[in-house]
Amino acid sequence: MCLAVPGQLVEWIERESPFAEGVVEFAGVRRRTNLACVPEAVVGDFVLVHAGVAISRIDADEAQRILRTLEEIEFDQPPFKSEDSL
Amino acid sequence: MKYVDEYRNPQICRRLVAEIRASASRCYTIMEVCGGQTHGLLMHGIDQELDGVIELLHGPGCPVCVTPAEDIDFAISLCQRERFTVVTFGDMLRVPGTTLSLREARARGGDVRLVYSPLDAVQLAKSDPSREFVFFAVGFETTTPATALAVQQAASLGLENFSMIVAHVRVQPAMEAIMDADACRVEAFLAAGHVCTVNGYASYDRFAERYRVPVVVTGFEPVDLLGGILSCVLQLEQGVAKVENRYERSVHHAGNIEALRVVDETYAICDQPWRGLGKIPNGGLRLRDHWRQFDAAQKFSRVAMPIVEPTPCRSGDVLTGRIRPTECEYFGRECTQDTPLGAPMVSSEGACAAYARHARQRV
Ligand code: SF4
Repeated sequence: MCLAVPGQLVEWIERESPFAEGVVEFAGVRRRTNLACVPEAVVGDFVLVHAGVAISRIDADEAQRILRTLEEIEFDQPPFKSEDSL
Repeated sequence: MKYVDEYRNPQICRRLVAEIRASASRCYTIMEVCGGQTHGLLMHGIDQELDGVIELLHGPGCPVCVTPAEDIDFAISLCQRERFTVVTFGDMLRVPGTTLSLREARARGGDVRLVYSPLDAVQLAKSDPSREFVFFAVGFETTTPATALAVQQAASLGLENFSMIVAHVRVQPAMEAIMDADACRVEAFLAAGHVCTVNGYASYDRFAERYRVPVVVTGFEPVDLLGGILSCVLQLEQGVAKVENRYERSVHHAGNIEALRVVDETYAICDQPWRGLGKIPNGGLRLRDHWRQFDAAQKFSRVAMPIVEPTPCRSGDVLTGRIRPTECEYFGRECTQDTPLGAPMVSSEGACAAYARHARQRV
């Protein structure tokens, strides 16, 4: 429920809250996203988006990490049982 | 993308496990209050890896699971009215009300639509003035900026056919209720990363001090979770109880100021019944009077629903950590993911569903 997805801000469209909005790219898919809570975000920034609203700015590494978690959630691969386990 | 990642690295995970085992002079009881973390702990086998050293209790980390049946009943009664549409998140669809779920109500002709964002519900209302659209607003602090913005947009657009059932819940008052309960066994908390992304963690200082309980803000990766547990253990061993942030890469002390401003403009804190836990003082939000025309509870009368037998579900005991899901006598028998008896088995983030999904056995 509190899942948040990282995306990269591509373009600002509207600056005024509550309609502040821009285009955010998620793994190749572009979506209009509300930016009222991240007025300081600049194009190229990564934002964490929950329920259509950006709730914070994050760095690129963190964005990659969250994306990978979301991808892998289906695989249920525990780190303790991976190949290089002792 | 790097192949070996520091937040998943098995060596780091094993080192943290060893450090936790070496540091803990006895078995400690730690509670997380976030459904995403519950799943992370079980998915990565952290509960099993720390068996006998740390007992993990899973708090009320799933907002869908604690939404009162009466609110679901209210949504159901509205979706069955002529020219009414109830709009909500997919998570809400299967959660049982007193007699039906929204999905069952939809199968019987009710108009229920799912959206990814509350702002989509505003667009629906704008595009079809002939219908009344009611958004069922559930969620922790993480979700409140989105629903607050929906109300503000509806007001700016002058929409008269949009309103919300507000069932938002606040995490910290629930943690207080758990600590105040008789026979509380929680010795430390992992605080939820995304709730704190919005809310910050300044308010936990008083909480940690008052209850003498460590609070560690934690992310979702195995290294985050193990690091959070280690911080709890070290504090407990030293006899200190303070707030630590181990999720600095997303969480700041004051939270997201702009998001909090929008939420505060829109909502006031109120007492809120939590399903399975009863009424929690300051445990929820209501729309401020300024926005009252968007409050479905003010706009439409609530039809009294027939009283039915209380369900045998022990969600209250699970959500407060009194029992683990596998200790519920129905777990894996009468109550499965296909035939759920209670919300924690229905919701993808519920603790019972997490145990079923990750194949923990009934004890
Ligand atoms: S296992 Fe089923 S009946 Fe038992 S507490 Fe969980 S949801 Fe309720």
